[in-house]
Formats: sequence, C-alpha cells, structure tokens
Amino acid sequence: MKPLVPVSRVRKIALGIAFFVVFVVAWSIATFGGFVSKTFLADPLTMLAEGWTLFAQYGFAKDVAVTVWRVLGGFVLAAAIGVPLGIAMGAYKPIEAFFEPFVSFARYLPASAFIPLLILWAGIGETQKLLVIFIGVFFQIVLMVAVIVGSTRRDLVEAAYTLGATASGIVRRVLLPSAAPQIAETLRMVLGWAWTYVIVAELIGASSGIGHMITDSQALLNTGQIIFGIIVIGVIGLVSDFAFKWGNQRLFPWSLA
Amino acid sequence: MSKLVIENVTRTFPGVHGGAPTEALVPTSLTVADNDFITILGPSGCGKSTLLRIIAGLDVPTSGRVLLDGVPVTGPSVDRGMVFQSYTLFPWLTIRENVCFGLRERGMPPAQQQEIARHWLDKVGLTGFERHYPKMLSGGMQQRTAIARALANDPKILLLDEPFGALDNQTRSLMQELLLSIWESDRKTVLFVTHDIEEAIFMASRVVVMSARPGRFKADVAVTIPHPRHYTVKTTPEFSALKAQLTEQIRVEAIKVEAMPAQP
Repeated sequence: MKPLVPVSRVRKIALGIAFFVVFVVAWSIATFGGFVSKTFLADPLTMLAEGWTLFAQYGFAKDVAVTVWRVLGGFVLAAAIGVPLGIAMGAYKPIEAFFEPFVSFARYLPASAFIPLLILWAGIGETQKLLVIFIGVFFQIVLMVAVIVGSTRRDLVEAAYTLGATASGIVRRVLLPSAAPQIAETLRMVLGWAWTYVIVAELIGASSGIGHMITDSQALLNTGQIIFGIIVIGVIGLVSDFAFKWGNQRLFPWSLA
Repeated sequence: MSKLVIENVTRTFPGVHGGAPTEALVPTSLTVADNDFITILGPSGCGKSTLLRIIAGLDVPTSGRVLLDGVPVTGPSVDRGMVFQSYTLFPWLTIRENVCFGLRERGMPPAQQQEIARHWLDKVGLTGFERHYPKMLSGGMQQRTAIARALANDPKILLLDEPFGALDNQTRSLMQELLLSIWESDRKTVLFVTHDIEEAIFMASRVVVMSARPGRFKADVAVTIPHPRHYTVKTTPEFSALKAQLTEQIRVEAIKVEAMPAQP
C-alpha cells in the first residue's frame, strides 16, 4: 500500500462491505460460540427474529415513523431559523458581533440536560421532543453557517463590486451561491446529530418512538430488540446521508470535479 | 484629453502589533490620456497593486485623490473594470453567466445580455465554451473570460493587476497578443500592472516605472513602436534598447527590495 493512492470503485465498495461482514462474523462467534451470555448480548439471528416480532406484533413501523418525523421536524425548524440567521451574521459584522458571543456560549449548553426543564415547560408531548432537537442543533447551525458565509473568497466579492454589484447584490449573488454547497454539507452533518438527540429525548418521558421502544426492551432485558432498534437508526441515518449527498451533487454540480 | 488623473495619492498601512506603519505609496501623481495603454512596471511589493486597487475603489488612499473624467473616485463602480491576478470567475456560474454578471446586475434584458456575451466571448476566442463551468477551463481561458467579463460592462477604463502572472510563458505571450489586438480594435483606455519588462513594453504606449517601497514613479518611458504590433517586434533593436533601459531601472529597485525587511 502506498499513501494516498486511490482505490478502484469496485474495490472500494467490496472493502466497505467486507467490514460489515467481519463485524457480523465476530458478533456471531461471540454469541453462538457461547463466549457472551445471551442475557447481555443477543445473537444476530435472535436480533432479526425480534425485529420481525417488533414490526409484526408491536407496530414498530409507527415508532420509526414518529421518530423520523421528530428528527425532521426539529431539524427543519432549526435550519429554517438557523441558516438565515447564520447568513446574516456571516454577511453583516455588526449582527455577528451582537449574536456571536451568546451563540458560542449557548452552543455548549447540553441539550440533554434541558430535558427536565423542557418537560416542565412543554410537557411530554411532541413540542418537547422537537425542542430538544432544536436546542441541540440550532446553535451549531448558526455558528457554522456564519463561519462559512464569512469566509467567502474576498477576491470574488471585490470582483463583483468592480462589476457594479450593490451590497444586497453581493449577498444574493456572491455570498449565498458561494456558501450554498458548504451549508448543505453542514446540514447533512447536523442531521446526524439530530438523530442522537431524538433518541435521548425519547428515552425520557416518551410513549412512542424508537428510543421509547429501547427503554421498554431494557426493562425486559431484550437485547435483541435494543440492538435491532439501534441498527434501524443506523440504517435510516445511512439512507438519509446518501440522499443528502446525492441531492447536494445534483444541486451544486459546479462544486465538484 | 486626460481620462484618469491620480493626484498626490499616498497609502500608509497601520503597523501591526504596535510596529511602525508601512508606507506603501508616497505622493504619486499620474495622468492617463483617453485611449491610452499604460503599463505600470515595478518590482514585487512596490505598491503598484495598491495603486491599482485605489483606482478601482477597492482601497482608500491615505491622502490625495483619483479622478475619472473629472469625477472623484469614492468606491468600486462599473466605470472601472478590473481583472485580477487570481482567478476570480464565479465558480457557480457558467462562462456565459460570468460574462453577463455585471449586465444582469444592472437589469439589462436577457436577450441583450446574450448578445453582448456572444460578442465578447467571440473576441476572446471562447465561443463554444459558454456552458462550461470555470473549473473545466485552463488558467488562460479563465483569464480570457475575466477580460471578457470586464469588457462586457463597457467600462471607461480597464484595470489589470498582473492578470497573466500565474500563466506559463507561452500562454502568457498569446494572452498579451490577444489583449493587444482587442485594444488595437477598441482603443479602450487600459492601465496594466506588471513586473514583466517584456510584457510592459510589448503592449504599452507608455511604460511607467515604479520605485521600490515606498512606491513612487521614477521613470515614464514612451513606447513608439507602431501598431498593429506583431509578436516579432520583441526581437527588433528598438524593442531591445527599451528592454535594456528598463531592465537597468528595475534592477536598481529590485536590489533595494531585496535589502528590505520582509513586509508584515
């Protein structure tokens, strides 16, 4: 192997799948071989069987749908407010000076620690779940978008000025298009974090969702169901990640190649 | 008639970390006639780019002023087109959209924009590349697009800041011929900054030599080689004599720059 030499597409996919195989094999050896007690870790087949039971008997599809809805709801809400605010901060320095110190502080407030307060304020309904995700990702979005917009190439801005662009023209026709691919990339990353927060929100005070199912299964020591729930989250995350990447490539063909 | 007047322009950059301020330009004056092609020749770091940025309105002089057609320059505007040394095409726009940028900004109807873009892309030899993105083009093609984009706006004066500095020698020569041929047909007033002596002589009707930092004009040399100029003029005795004269001027300044502490 030589450093930084690219691999062919076929080999890349084969290697990527290979690790999944290694993972499942190691898991099978540990469980079927009797090295780990069934109480602590279910084997892959039990996990699949439990997964089937979840969907067939316990209406797990509804839990999945509820969780996906919460993630998207909180994420879209945070992005809808956070992206414009971040753009305004990146473009206009007084706005940045006004918000930046507070947002930098708020970014470190742990969203999960707000859960008791949010339950107090918003009850245990959907609003509370959305708020946990919102708090978890909103400040991150604002800061990252502000940095992206603020780091727009100065020579492009100057070129636009010499071509007669007005201040608002600079924002609309230089800062926004220049920052758009990176903003989309940031949102893709932040969506992953939203998944972490939704499960945390559902572990406490929820009556539906994947996180709720996991807490229920914990009470019954059903590790098969817990693992199945975790894997479902991983698969949804992977799919949404691919969808995002695909969308970004379609939207911003110029940023590739 | 004088088009552009530079009146005692100075520029001092404040010192960083409590250091002494840097004098980039000491009182500098220059008058540019209409339809003239002037090159400003100087060693790197002599303040020639600073002067051009002040004329473009992208930087503000510490004292003095710049007048274009008698009107003081207060900021960047469409009447001063600029081509930068770095590649400044908008990467998210196609070649045609880049050329139309200024036209669209002033609200020109699309059909008219297309017409102008077609004309200028043809002039710089990029017909057929209208739908390409800048990344798909070579450095020379990108700079040709940048020239077309600046000229499409029909500025009163075209400012170029070492636009061919990043190109290889062969491409650079071709670009010089292209720009010169455009000037020969349009006679747009041009102010061209470079540190390349041959480039300065080949295109200009006047070469203004700048001294080492702090920058000021130390020589003003007329180039009387008749137009249209073929690239072979670079081998004529007249050209060589000018080159020898300017080489001497620039050498003295370059030695001074070498002896200076690095700019902060």
